[in-house]
Amino acid sequence: MMNDALLKRYEAVVGSDVIDQLKQLAYRLRDAKVLHVNSTRYGGGVAEILKSMVPLMEALGLCVRWEVISGNEEFFKVTKSFHNALQGFPVEFTERHIKIYEENNRREFEKLESLLTEADFVFIHDPQPAFLIKFLPERRCPWIWRCHIDLSRPYRPVWRYLRNIVLDYEASIFSMPDFTQPLPHPQYIIPPSIDPLTEKNIELPEEEIFGVYDRFGLDPHKPLVLQVSRFDRFKDPVGVIRAALMAMKFMPLQLVYAGGGAADDPEGEMIYHEVSEMAKDHPDIHILFLPPEAHRTVNALQRAADVVLQKSTREGFGLTVTEAMWKRRPVIGGDTGGIRLQVVNHHTGFLVHTPEGAALRIRYLLFYHEKRMEMGLKAHQFVKENFLITRHVRDYLSLMLAFVAGNGERIEVEAQG
Amino acid sequence: MEEALLFHVKDCSLVSISTGVKAYILSELLEHLREVEVGCLYFHFWARQLRPSFDHPEFHNDFAAWAHRDLHDWVLAERLNLIAPHEFQNLEELREELINVLEERVDESDDLPWRKAEKPFYFVKSQIVVLDTGKRVAHPQELKEVIPSLSQGSIFYHFIDARRRTPNRVDDFRAWLEAFSPRYDDLAARLGAIDPYFLTLTEIREQLYAVFEAYFGEE
Repeated sequence: MMNDALLKRYEAVVGSDVIDQLKQLAYRLRDAKVLHVNSTRYGGGVAEILKSMVPLMEALGLCVRWEVISGNEEFFKVTKSFHNALQGFPVEFTERHIKIYEENNRREFEKLESLLTEADFVFIHDPQPAFLIKFLPERRCPWIWRCHIDLSRPYRPVWRYLRNIVLDYEASIFSMPDFTQPLPHPQYIIPPSIDPLTEKNIELPEEEIFGVYDRFGLDPHKPLVLQVSRFDRFKDPVGVIRAALMAMKFMPLQLVYAGGGAADDPEGEMIYHEVSEMAKDHPDIHILFLPPEAHRTVNALQRAADVVLQKSTREGFGLTVTEAMWKRRPVIGGDTGGIRLQVVNHHTGFLVHTPEGAALRIRYLLFYHEKRMEMGLKAHQFVKENFLITRHVRDYLSLMLAFVAGNGERIEVEAQG
Repeated sequence: MEEALLFHVKDCSLVSISTGVKAYILSELLEHLREVEVGCLYFHFWARQLRPSFDHPEFHNDFAAWAHRDLHDWVLAERLNLIAPHEFQNLEELREELINVLEERVDESDDLPWRKAEKPFYFVKSQIVVLDTGKRVAHPQELKEVIPSLSQGSIFYHFIDARRRTPNRVDDFRAWLEAFSPRYDDLAARLGAIDPYFLTLTEIREQLYAVFEAYFGEE
């Protein structure tokens, strides 16, 4: 049963042609049982996408469930180390780690067995729940591994182990071709997305936007440079602070680094303390540790910012870049991962390789007001056409239809009755 | 009117699939180009209009963009950029032309074939899911009303993908108008003047509408 009220709200943003197409695709999949499994309901891009994707797919008439596996601190330490390893960081990897990982998946499988057995499509997100597949060798539907991580240069010992698990899936999905690894099944390319209707992305009243100055002790007369990202070494918080300090020598500005942790990321707090220590003697550097539900605050900060940074050294896709661009902010981003797909020099922002490069672009964008506005508009339009949840759901529906219809190059679907 | 004579409005969506094949240097690109599925050419020349990517005004195919941005060979980039895929009978002919251009450039330089690009070229192919929307158009004048509501997928299917399917490698609108010939030959000629290679799908939709509106406004 379609939820027209929700579809109408999306239609107001993306247009009726986009929604009509989704309805057409979904009609052929109506009542299909779709199960998503990941490892956190709060914090991080994956949870945010699922929070939007599940209701939208349901609104289109599919039966969708989102299940989250649980685990103790030890399990999440292991999976965080897997995550780092897949992004190329050497980690300790022992038989004990494997045992913790597999045992936890076994316990979770027992809880989810009936749902996993009854589904028509199973999407398993990232490595944490990937091992579930090993407990169901006889499967009645496609299992698809959705990898949100940049796998281009993984730490091999961990990838060799995980690859043997991933091989069992019927297909995998990556955000970009650059992130893939040789695998014997189809590797679909589906970039992630943001949801224009969530608290993090909706339009806000002006007083709420400017309220962030009071709330966080910011100076309303100084330009605001912002990076929103987890406290994670790959987001280069140290490089961000260095870039801001270099730019400050030429013009007044203030930096806000706003981050948080996720339930499946035990490293965040430690890095937060390191960064806070570094910033404590600089009154114009503000380090904010925000709770995972602070979406509206992040939204207000992004809208209050003059320039947004995402100076990552490794990045999955970089949804914070997408969010800032949606709010008409040009982005200075690290030349890595999905940031490259979104930030186009002189059009939607600038790609940089060093704190020095970031400092120069901060100065450029703060100096050229008109240029900044023009790039911001272009960035917004680019996101509207390519990186909203409606496009993301369209890609998933198309993939599912491809599975239903067989894997030819051209799949013809007849008119609905 | 008979069903077969009606214009069947279709929509489509593309699914991109990584082939796992990549090239860091020109000689590698050339080698892979001889072997990859022909669907990769479709993806890198045409499907770029329907996939999430910045519509870069400078480059009209992924090979030219890679030669410029990652290999930093401006000469090759310009030559590749000039290749217009709709000028070829089929994708195999397009492949041949691409190989010719690359071989010619390789012959001109001793070190270029081995120069390492900043980032590799990834060969990607696509699956196209075509949906019959159920909408039917009986008369060319009705198309004028329908065009503004067409999705980007519909525009792609009828105006770009059609060139792979129709006998004369034209868009579906012109192919359909042939049935009314010579009544709408002038309209077909005006549609033929829209070059899909330099326009975004939104711009194509706008230009199609402008042509239909002007034509039926004059009648």
